Amino acid sequence: MKNNNIRFIQGNEACVEGAIYAGIDFFAGYPITPSTEILEHLAARLPQKGGKFIQMEDEIASMGAIIGASLTGKKVMTATSGPGFSLKQEALGYACMAEIPCVIANVQRGGPSTGNPTHVSQGDVNQARWGTHGDHSIIALTASNHQDVFKITVDAFNMAETYRTPVVLLLDETIGHMREKLVIPEPGELPVVERLRTSVKGGVDYHPYLPRDDGRLPMSDFGGEHRYNVTGLFHDMWGFPNNNPNVVGGLLRHLVDKIENNVNDICMYKEYWLDDAEYILISYGSSARSAIHLAKNRRARGIKIGVLELQTLWPFPTEMIREKCAGAKAVIVVEMNMGQVVTQVKNAVDNPNSVFLANKISGELISPEDIKSLLRMIQGKGV
Amino acid sequence: MKNKKFDFKDYIRQRFFPHIWCPGCGHGIVLSSLLRAVHELGLNKNEIVITSGIGCSSRISGYVDFHSLHTIHGRALSFATGVKLSKPDLKAIVPMGDGDALAIGGNHFIHAARRNIDITAIVMNNRIYGMTGGQFSPLSGCGKQATTAPYSTIDREFDVVDLAKSAGATFVARSTVFHANECKDIIKKGINHKGFSVVEILTQCPTYYGRKNKEGDAVQMMENYKTNTVKIGSKKLEKNPGLIQRGIFVEKNDVPEYCEAYDRIIETAMKGQA
Ligand code: SF4
Repeated sequence: MKNNNIRFIQGNEACVEGAIYAGIDFFAGYPITPSTEILEHLAARLPQKGGKFIQMEDEIASMGAIIGASLTGKKVMTATSGPGFSLKQEALGYACMAEIPCVIANVQRGGPSTGNPTHVSQGDVNQARWGTHGDHSIIALTASNHQDVFKITVDAFNMAETYRTPVVLLLDETIGHMREKLVIPEPGELPVVERLRTSVKGGVDYHPYLPRDDGRLPMSDFGGEHRYNVTGLFHDMWGFPNNNPNVVGGLLRHLVDKIENNVNDICMYKEYWLDDAEYILISYGSSARSAIHLAKNRRARGIKIGVLELQTLWPFPTEMIREKCAGAKAVIVVEMNMGQVVTQVKNAVDNPNSVFLANKISGELISPEDIKSLLRMIQGKGV
Repeated sequence: MKNKKFDFKDYIRQRFFPHIWCPGCGHGIVLSSLLRAVHELGLNKNEIVITSGIGCSSRISGYVDFHSLHTIHGRALSFATGVKLSKPDLKAIVPMGDGDALAIGGNHFIHAARRNIDITAIVMNNRIYGMTGGQFSPLSGCGKQATTAPYSTIDREFDVVDLAKSAGATFVARSTVFHANECKDIIKKGINHKGFSVVEILTQCPTYYGRKNKEGDAVQMMENYKTNTVKIGSKKLEKNPGLIQRGIFVEKNDVPEYCEAYDRIIETAMKGQA
């Protein structure tokens, strides 16, 4: 019997399948390499299920359109790469401030500027965290294979709804374009979080920006019975602009706390052979594939080495990393940038001097050999 | 609320007043024309989403008792496009300043017009950036004074009507705050029009534009709207072609509206699935 749930597809398509599974209703985007396939596939898939797709005039407009659509109660997403991610930053900050659930996929390519459009990089990790101006917090997820791309896409939609925040999917060119197997889970196999809507009846004063005790804010769709204001200015519980110092300070704290206080729930990772590991490779995205490959290979030769693969990059899982790395002789962070996650890891562990960076910044995928050279040096074996 | 006498209190959020506008600013008249238009159309407040960008004019969205979305500078039309396409039953109204609509927001303006998505864009044209203190805008025109043009402007201006027409807007009109009733009637037609409607309203900024350019106080500036403008095709244009024309320049009903066109895409896509 033919199983329609098994596919051999690109990572960008796995992201599309995850979005469909999570219940995406609306997508707005603009063509850019290497994320364009997400746009193309959703152009075909969304109207098949009565959803809406629009190709906007630019990246900024795409971000604006998904925010508008989210407010009518829809699950929304946009996808982009490097330069487009830069362009989206102002509206992304708006979504942080106005607490609009939305998902932004950034299939990373080499930067800065137009950079290296068709080659892999992981240079946007810090941009995902701090790309928009001002203090805020954000969720950013990543994955190293298509099954996980599917899953973290569903997670991204779920977290966007749960925390009323933009969630960034940090894929990369290798994952986005590589083809491999994906088994689409049955409905119900993965949890899907629906929007939390207010139970306040029409005619009763609804406070769109008054958090419940658990920090969550039930929403009311535009077009519904509650008419309220949404703004990017600091605002009071009605959503009306307010620069009273208590309101400003309180709101900023809420925006950060609602995410940072839930690090443990948001934190997703995978571990391989960590129990007795003397050497720990920390990696994420496509570079984690090389890390896992090398560790498996070294294990076969009796070296006590393991891999900690991060799937949540922001909020950074500082505590988890400190605990996992407590017994390690050396920690090697494997990434394709000048050291964006390694800085965080050094901050996290008890002994920052034991943390090393194995990186590649040439647009080529970092290889197990690249990591092995550094490992041998650390082991005092020479290259 | 059609049968009830118009009472602005039915349409504003009193909690959020007083407004931020200077005495004599024309924006209040635009607000009042808009609310009267909504009243006369008998629209339900729950079906209106008002989306604005940044600037003095954009504060309108917060004052009205509709669903209101006060966004970022220049991008209101893109947010409104998301609102409208995702829920086409809603009436989308977008008040914008001239800089907001046509400098930083120019790209979204022409593309919303090209798509013919059913949004009513109200360009409140006072030919200046008011909120930041009097810098020239793409509507100021040459030979004007502004804080960023201390030796006078050399930038030519857009004609909002011509721009909207050539970008494909299917309803294009102009009025002024002196002609508050005409303004209201045009906004009504704009809202009722199925497609992208552009309503340019000339409105005074006495605080910056008026003072810098020695155009007198608010009353004098409004007086100028009376003397400097005529109805489309008026005989007075023969003698004085420099007069600004008011009225409806374009009203086309044979161009598909974007959301309706997308509904047909959905039908096609779903058929392919069956
Ligand atoms: S600065 Fe000008 S446009 Fe702004 S509120 Fe004052 S008069 Fe009106």
